[in-house]
Amino acid sequence: MVVGAGVVGAACALYVARAGLDVVIVDRGPVSGGTTGAGEGNLLVSDKEPGPELDLALLSARLWTQLAEELGEFIEYEAKGGLVVASTPGGLTALERFAGEQRAAGVVAEPVHAEALYELEPRLAPDLPGGVYYPQDRQVMPALAAAHLVRASGARLLTGRTVTAVLRKPDGTVQGVRTVPGDILAPTVINAAGTWGGELAALAGVTLPVLPRRGFVLVTEPLPRLIHHKVYAADYVADVASDSAALQTSPVVEGTAAGPVLIGASRERVGFDREFSLPVVRALAAGATRLFPFLADVRAMRSYLGFRPYLPDHLPAIGPDPRVPGLFHACGHEGAGIGLATGTGHLIAQLLGGKTPDLDLAPFRPDRFPDEEGE
Amino acid sequence: MTERPHLAVIGAGPAGLAATVAAAAHGVRVTLLDSAARAGGQFYRQPAAELNARRPQALHHQWRTWERLRDSLARHVDAGHATHLTDHHVWFVERRSDHFTVHALVGPAQEDPVEVRADAVLLATGGYEKVLPFPGWTLPGVLTVGGAQAMLKGSLAVSGRTAVVAGTGPLLLPVSTGLAAAGVDVVALVESADPKAFLRRTRAFAAQPGKVAEGAQYAAQLLRHRVKLLTRHTVVEAHGDKRLEAVTVAALHTDGRVRPGTERRLACDTLAVGHGMLPHTDLAETLGCRLEGLHVHVDDEQRTDVPGVWAAGETTGIGGADLALAEGHIAGRSVAARLTGAVPDPRGWATAAKSRTRLREFSAALDSVYVPPACWTDLITDDTVVCRCEEVTGGAIRKAVTGLGAGDVRTVKLLTRAGMGWCQGRMCGPAVAGLAGCELTPSRRPFARPVPLGVLARAGEAEDDEHR
Amino acid sequence: MSPGSPQNLADAHPEPAFTVTLDGREIVAVPGQTVAAALWSAGVTSWRTTRVGATPRGVFCGIGVCYDCLVTVNDRPNQRACLVPLHPGDAIRTQEGTGHDD
Repeated sequence: MVVGAGVVGAACALYVARAGLDVVIVDRGPVSGGTTGAGEGNLLVSDKEPGPELDLALLSARLWTQLAEELGEFIEYEAKGGLVVASTPGGLTALERFAGEQRAAGVVAEPVHAEALYELEPRLAPDLPGGVYYPQDRQVMPALAAAHLVRASGARLLTGRTVTAVLRKPDGTVQGVRTVPGDILAPTVINAAGTWGGELAALAGVTLPVLPRRGFVLVTEPLPRLIHHKVYAADYVADVASDSAALQTSPVVEGTAAGPVLIGASRERVGFDREFSLPVVRALAAGATRLFPFLADVRAMRSYLGFRPYLPDHLPAIGPDPRVPGLFHACGHEGAGIGLATGTGHLIAQLLGGKTPDLDLAPFRPDRFPDEEGE
Repeated sequence: MTERPHLAVIGAGPAGLAATVAAAAHGVRVTLLDSAARAGGQFYRQPAAELNARRPQALHHQWRTWERLRDSLARHVDAGHATHLTDHHVWFVERRSDHFTVHALVGPAQEDPVEVRADAVLLATGGYEKVLPFPGWTLPGVLTVGGAQAMLKGSLAVSGRTAVVAGTGPLLLPVSTGLAAAGVDVVALVESADPKAFLRRTRAFAAQPGKVAEGAQYAAQLLRHRVKLLTRHTVVEAHGDKRLEAVTVAALHTDGRVRPGTERRLACDTLAVGHGMLPHTDLAETLGCRLEGLHVHVDDEQRTDVPGVWAAGETTGIGGADLALAEGHIAGRSVAARLTGAVPDPRGWATAAKSRTRLREFSAALDSVYVPPACWTDLITDDTVVCRCEEVTGGAIRKAVTGLGAGDVRTVKLLTRAGMGWCQGRMCGPAVAGLAGCELTPSRRPFARPVPLGVLARAGEAEDDEHR
Repeated sequence: MSPGSPQNLADAHPEPAFTVTLDGREIVAVPGQTVAAALWSAGVTSWRTTRVGATPRGVFCGIGVCYDCLVTVNDRPNQRACLVPLHPGDAIRTQEGTGHDD
């Protein structure tokens, strides 16, 4: 059983079902009701430094490419590539050095200098020194992706059902979950509850310190294709990796198949505060218009926010929980959940099928965080 | 003399005007912001000045009430206690530590930013029409009942020669007679409500004899203009190639289903259709005001639950112009008392309070009569466009509901794009909720109007810089 | 003015009419009327086609809420015709798709 009908839960359901198991998905809300519904749809390798998360991203990218053959047209899948832009020569040097490290880890990263930059994106602000192009970056529409993964999995979907307890047998192994209408029994429970993964873990009696990291997105009026790739400023990578609770913003801009341009990205740790923040949205608009001056005359039609699931070391929790046999975790992907969903689902399916996972899961161990003091 | 406290009133319809004059008369400085060139809102929409209409009252009701409000506003403006900012499109009200900042867009293309600071805000943002879709409703020539009235009142314009007025609600009568008086051949008034339903609410209606008499006057005018009145009927389809040419209407069973075999075709080039009204609540919702159902919650003084924010008129619940006047007056008096540190004395507005109670009862009674036909979703075919902006069909929405498990308006939006266009779901919301089988809940729209990114990039920045 | 017209009903005496253009051809506009009203008077009820189905649209809600009546005025796309007042010499253009020369 998968708890969480967002993109990670949906991917787990798909791969586990295709490995031959019966799957039921439970969510207190609708499909894509959490972070997935507020996502931009980034499938990125470009923003990840070499390490376990990048390895997971490369695995996930290969799997997404395969899935795109069967689902791509339904989920606005675009193999558009990402363009990271530096605003100063010093920034470009640092970016190219970073790209070199990524290349060594298997990422395709092509330096782009001045004129070539404007061939790729004619409407960028003038006089930028250059950037790096990552052809492996992709985009999907996240809510559609989750919904279609769920459907393709054939899993039984139970929405609007809040889990109130994780049921355990006398020997401590998982037996299922309790929801308001009734209990659902299953020997395996996968915690794909994203930003609420810590709450679900607590119901099972264990700690998983997932915290919300709020982000806003701006959506413009529909436009013809004026921005061709995912384009973002080089400081985005530093923001993702930052531990700061304070507001971090850095421009991320892309067109969509449907027409509107999406503008991000902001990160703050303010709990689950859903109040609209003009200063944050102002910073997003300012960053976007600095990158693409033509956007100054384009209208923002709406803005929405979401809460990324953030774990202290910026790596998700993937794998069995040694403290609760039968409980698996697949959550805490911060802002990379859409991209990393396929790899996560695939690894979980391998584990449940008794196979050796394609990646070393030690860095993702759910019990790697020290328990809170004074328990 | 101490400086007057400053109130920003958003919306210059009946509620906003009543609030402005009441507050200005009791010690408050008022800035009245409105998106139109002239005050009046929808109900008192005035013809454009350059049309030099010498008899605008021919298009209106309760003209003297309007004249009194208009003249009172002018007096307060002359005395320096009120400022009327026209052509100001408010997109956001920002709550700051000790005041509010109203963000508006001005200019012919609504591109230039204006920020107005005030000690308190009164939201009188009104309402807009609800229209439930049917095949052909997107044809040019099909418009809302209120839209037909607005074009007539504001621009002295009509879209064609032969009209059908349809749907349900108290607006159908005055608009039918208004169009007829303006020279349009109104072929039929097609009302889905059951006239017998009025008999079940006699107490509430008897308490408003003026309104009942008004209704009788309309009925007489319909007769005079030879407008066929078809009750318990609905439009099932609009026909035409590039524009409207005819509609098919049919009779309804008591359970709301169409009675087969009763269809008849009415040739027309204009269809004015509407199924009631919905309140504008975007500014209130973003400020954090509690909403009850689809409207803003207020107490007996018209205060929302956010300190410093009042609300009056349709935004607190659809109820018509007279109710808006009463609520606006009470709100203005309450603001004046609360902002000047006086103890509010409800006896000072007892008459308005009594009106408010009676009119709310009357409006609730009307709501129980003017209910759209129960099976209206059956009219929506899989090919019928439901979300006009993004052209999402009934079929696509049904697929999301049955095939992808969408059970609420937001999820349908995410999976089909219904509600993601320019109007941000204002028009299609009720239909999407109906097709998803759920209640319509208010949307979150931090931008009450589309905002140029260049404006957004600097919004509120100057004020933030002052505090550094 | 024929009997039974809106101008007649309200006893309107508008200031002198002027011309504007619609897709290059001249039409008459009455001062004070919006783009939508002037187009109606010229017998035009649709002035844009939609992005997906290329279907014609004109006035729907008439009060600036539905954004169906979008039109290009003086090279500015996506103006609500029911709100924008006309001035002498204004150039109105029908628009397609996003309004931004797709």
